[in-house]
Amino acid sequence: MTDREPFSSNMPNDGAPALVEGERQAVMDSADMRRALTRIAHEIVERNRGVANLCLVGILRKGVPLAHRLSRLVSQIENTPVPAGGLDVSLYRDDYATRQPRLHRSEIPFDVSGKRLVLVDEVLYTGRTVRAAMDALMDLGRPASIQLAVLVDRGHRELPLRADYVGKNLPTSRNEWVDVRLQEIEGEDRVFIVKPPPGEER
Amino acid sequence: MRWLLKGGRLIVPSRGIDEARDLLIEDGVIRSLSFGDDASGASTLDLSGLVVAPGFIDIHTHLREPGFEHKETIATGVQSAAAGGFTTICCMPNTNPAIDNGPLVEFVRRRAEEAGPVRVLPMGSVTRGMGQDEMADLGEMAEAGASAFTDDAFPIQSSRMMRLAMRYATTFDLPVVTHCEDKSLTIGASMNEGYVSAAIGIRAMPRTAEEIHVARNILLAEETGCRLHIAHISTRRSVEMVRRARAHGIRVTAEACPHHFSLTDSAVAGEDAEHPGRAYDTNTKMNPPLRTPDDVAAVVEGLQDGTISCIATDHAPHSIEEKGVEFDLAPFGIIGFETALAVSLTYLVRPGWISLPDLVKLMTSGAAGVLASPNFPMGAGELSEGGRADVTIFDPAAEWIVEPSRLLSKSKNTPYGGHRLFGRVRHVFAGGRLIVRDGHPNGAEARGEKG
Amino acid sequence: MSASIGTGTLESTHLLGLRHTSAADIQLILDTAEGMQEILSRQIKKAPTLRGRSVVTLFYEPSTRTRTSFEMAAKILSADTTSIAAGSSSIVKGETLMDTVLTLRSMTMDALIIRHSQTGAPALAAQFAGCPVINAGDGFNEHPTQGLLDLLTIRQRFGRVQGLTVTIVGDIQHSRVARSNLWALRRLGAVVRLAGPPTLIPPEMECDGVTLHYQVDEALEGADVVMALRIQKERQESGLFPSLREYHRLYGISAERMLLASPRAIVLHPGPMNRGVEIDPDVADGPQSAITDQVTNGVAVRMALLYLILGGKSSDALAA
Repeated sequence: MTDREPFSSNMPNDGAPALVEGERQAVMDSADMRRALTRIAHEIVERNRGVANLCLVGILRKGVPLAHRLSRLVSQIENTPVPAGGLDVSLYRDDYATRQPRLHRSEIPFDVSGKRLVLVDEVLYTGRTVRAAMDALMDLGRPASIQLAVLVDRGHRELPLRADYVGKNLPTSRNEWVDVRLQEIEGEDRVFIVKPPPGEER
Repeated sequence: MRWLLKGGRLIVPSRGIDEARDLLIEDGVIRSLSFGDDASGASTLDLSGLVVAPGFIDIHTHLREPGFEHKETIATGVQSAAAGGFTTICCMPNTNPAIDNGPLVEFVRRRAEEAGPVRVLPMGSVTRGMGQDEMADLGEMAEAGASAFTDDAFPIQSSRMMRLAMRYATTFDLPVVTHCEDKSLTIGASMNEGYVSAAIGIRAMPRTAEEIHVARNILLAEETGCRLHIAHISTRRSVEMVRRARAHGIRVTAEACPHHFSLTDSAVAGEDAEHPGRAYDTNTKMNPPLRTPDDVAAVVEGLQDGTISCIATDHAPHSIEEKGVEFDLAPFGIIGFETALAVSLTYLVRPGWISLPDLVKLMTSGAAGVLASPNFPMGAGELSEGGRADVTIFDPAAEWIVEPSRLLSKSKNTPYGGHRLFGRVRHVFAGGRLIVRDGHPNGAEARGEKG
Repeated sequence: MSASIGTGTLESTHLLGLRHTSAADIQLILDTAEGMQEILSRQIKKAPTLRGRSVVTLFYEPSTRTRTSFEMAAKILSADTTSIAAGSSSIVKGETLMDTVLTLRSMTMDALIIRHSQTGAPALAAQFAGCPVINAGDGFNEHPTQGLLDLLTIRQRFGRVQGLTVTIVGDIQHSRVARSNLWALRRLGAVVRLAGPPTLIPPEMECDGVTLHYQVDEALEGADVVMALRIQKERQESGLFPSLREYHRLYGISAERMLLASPRAIVLHPGPMNRGVEIDPDVADGPQSAITDQVTNGVAVRMALLYLILGGKSSDALAA
């Protein structure tokens, strides 16, 4: 993948570290992330007036550890367990004809029907992934409501979607991407904006 | 017409000639083979760097006429043969109707004469209609000029029938040419039985299917005194048995086809180093099939020590529709006239297995020796003063890539498409007429019109 | 969840056999099949991924289970399926395979699944199809999706394939299931034992990592997986072994024979079974049998294959 087309997905290689990068700029460190997630957890509890019938579903891959963290935080706030699961949306993507992400297994060990479901992802960009996630959820059951929590909103929506809970708003240009590194996956909690190599800006 | 052929390397194995000499051709015969002759009024061909040899002889070919003219006709077959340097060929009787009587032998000879000066000497079927039940009129066919009798494509399964036929054939001092195959061992088979056939799931025929008949036919030849010629020999054991039989003085000869000393059964899987490509290519399907590397080595050894007397192509044209089906359903056979010289040079001479003069022998006097008889033209395979001017001139070093669509045969079923080979026929004289010039058929001459 | 990274694309365009399929491709198909299993466990077994794609099944040999399995796999992923079976008019009229495939191609298809009694027919079809071709069984050469689902079943039970001992019993010579399994098992590092009467095992199959056994007991000793192949009456009728009774006595997989295998061993059979010939009913239905898993896994594997083979590239790239 050497063409610098605007990506319809934030991480074009499904997270594989194979892209040619320009400079990276850290925009959130682990303390920033912790505070953001704590705030989001409180917002979720406040908006939903408690945790009755609440569940969290992270979008694979990075939404999943975030969903689990939020689940722990929310459970602590109300002293009630709130379940979390992970959703693979590969089969519902709209770019199947040109890109073929690796399929993983969804794990949602509870029934989504009738629940207030909070979708969790690390970055909100064009909105297409969230659209696919909602289609996937509809095939799993009938949630009472779906809300969206993201760690980073980088703008450039292509569909009429918005997040209910945002950790940080990060204006970016289309040929940059946002690299969210998580303790559970890369061993650290940091968020970077990555620019393309010099000469390849658009 | 007078022709002076200058500057080539003249190789005539039967007379031990291998040196630079000039050749003078006039009125269809060789005037002289010496140096610096009176060449006034002669057209000249400068042959520097080229080899001048007697016209090649192919004693195993299928011309498909009568009955299968969509694959090849005598006219197109003869043109393809000429392009390959062959001026004398024998064709097999498995036509429709089969050549099992005198008039049909005459028919083929006449059609060939109409097509041009390349000599065609049909072989007659041993049994009526090639049905293996009754002997055909061997005597009538011998009188009509058949060069030999054969069961090619329909090998005689009954030992009793083969014994009777061999006994009877001794009357005419013509060889019986046998396609050795025990059919009970080859039912439904399409390739050689070995690792490759087991791995790619194709029903296969064991080498013993050929070897059992080679053994049987040799024993019967010894008992009856008949001249036996083993067609397209392909396995190590077969070669060994012929070697031992000849050492014992039994009158048996054998021929080998170019594909049996250049390709192996891995080619069917698309995995032969010499024929990489897609698997199940029906141009790798013939009978006897491509064998193992050890068999290839044995065939080369047989060519080296004289166990195998000549090279024959078993030129077997089939149309694209017929070959364009599933492997098991495709007919056996590949064409061979136009690649025989190059394959032989590339796989026998260049690697140093045999010398160039020995290769010429295998394609000329060696073949003539197998079929020597009153029905076989005296002097074929030789060049001598007063002899018919059948001359093949070739460039042993010319490198080329085989393009099936440009071959002259009506059919294009060759496994050598896209292969890089060395050696090309440049000029061919048949009966003193230049029928191939600079590698192309020479118009009127080639078509048999008087020039 | 598997922490796999990287693009999910197969190296080859077609799936004609497992003999030349890389270990990476095999693993990718199995991993993807596991993802598909989750869909099969839902109430609404549907995903929109292959919506608008046309999948044709062309079966020159009759088959209920394989064809149905492929059709289900395609339909669950929302593809449109068309089924052409042997005995259908143009095949009966003697239309060549090439012409049939070219006709289908001009009606636009995105994938062709073909089963044929002639070895090499899928390879021939792949030359003309203009789209990916999946071999659903050709002659006695290969049946790659069966091999893959067998491997998936083994991997699920044992967590791996490498280092396991797999014994395949039966008519190896004429079995495309045996061949496909053999290639894939060897590629993933299993040890393979082929057992059966000498007239049904080509001696050339003995090679690196594969042993031949004419006594089935020694082949079962300590085996982790026992695969029983269907013995066909036609083979007995063509004289390759004396009788089904004798075959059962010498090679039939009984509960008693299974005691020779590892205590954790599983039993597989590609189906349909000749109960009481190559496998006893109590073994087929017993606790060590993974035969029903094989069938479910078959749909998941075929879904995974369709997903991988149809995605990531536009069909224009294949129109040659």
